[in-house]
Amino acid sequence: MIMKTKANRILIVVPCYNEEEAIAGVVADINRVLVQPGLTIDVLAVNDCSTDQTLRVLQSLNCLYLDLPVNLGIGGAMHAGYKFAYRNGYDIAVQMDGDGQHPASELHKILQPVLDDDADVVIGSRFLQRSGFQSSGIRRVGISYFRRLNQFLIGQTIYDSTSGFRAFNRRALTVVNGYYPDEYPEPEAIVQFGLSGMRIKEVPVVMRERQGGVSSINTSRAIYYMLKVTLGTLFVYARLRLKYPSQTT
Amino acid sequence: METIPVVIQIIGLVSASLFMLYIFRLIVKGKLREEYSIIWILCTIILIVFSIWRHGLEQISLALGVFYPPSLVFLAAIFAIIVFLVHLSVVVSRMQSHIKSLTHEMAYLKQELAQAKAQGQPESAPGQVHILIEP
Repeated sequence: MIMKTKANRILIVVPCYNEEEAIAGVVADINRVLVQPGLTIDVLAVNDCSTDQTLRVLQSLNCLYLDLPVNLGIGGAMHAGYKFAYRNGYDIAVQMDGDGQHPASELHKILQPVLDDDADVVIGSRFLQRSGFQSSGIRRVGISYFRRLNQFLIGQTIYDSTSGFRAFNRRALTVVNGYYPDEYPEPEAIVQFGLSGMRIKEVPVVMRERQGGVSSINTSRAIYYMLKVTLGTLFVYARLRLKYPSQTT
Repeated sequence: METIPVVIQIIGLVSASLFMLYIFRLIVKGKLREEYSIIWILCTIILIVFSIWRHGLEQISLALGVFYPPSLVFLAAIFAIIVFLVHLSVVVSRMQSHIKSLTHEMAYLKQELAQAKAQGQPESAPGQVHILIEP
């Protein structure tokens, strides 16, 4: 039922930095859920040069893993995963955080639109149905700011633009294989997809609170985060506008 | 404005020449790449020119309508420094993206190697793999 076209190869990329407590649970969760006929699903954990025992934990797990010799940040780690998916001929790549925020039971919701070819990029959103963990107050202010920024730039409303729970098809993989933002890539990537002519779809998912580890964004970095993402977004917009001038938003 | 005393002139000339020699030495030893040395060589040449051409600064300031000649020196120096800093930022950015690509490639190679090793020794139990890693 889930399979519409030929057998799809799916790669679930899990970036992890110091996630020794949560990562085993995340991978086990995915492996438990993903026994579905007609789908080949691999899990690829990307260890972003963790300083704890994450690598040791990964070696003992039943999953593929990349071990980055230099800490690249979430964007660089995800880029490694997407390139891997692209080179190894996967049809679909999914981003799923290594801290357990994204329950594997919600995976089918973001996979379905890609499998049905309804969208090139599917973003799992906390805010379409207000259930599950909703993020803290100050962070929601930032998220609504990015929503307006994206709305202004690509003319499409993405409610949860910082969500790291996403699925890409082969077309979108081709885009991210070439360029993916380094730091705080999520909002920037949306503009990149919008301007590259990808069909973006947001679907409601339920998220949990992180199961372990520390968020990459603390209060003192919030201002830098906003500034960096705003700049990154505007420059991606400017770059792609020069590349695809004909498109109207 | 009085002309520069001869002693200062000689000190300027000698130190500029020593600086130039130092830059050459760095290039010869391979510690400085030629493309980054061009700006330093140019700066030194300008210093040497003004050490020899005693009225040069005054004459250029007059020609440009600058009332106080040293301010012309500061202006030119600050401009040159800013341009060079931007250039260095570009170099750093380029290196960062190279490092990122190299890191990716290395991670893929490590992954392939680990996989090949695992396939090559299917008889080894998972416990044996960890022997090498001592805490």
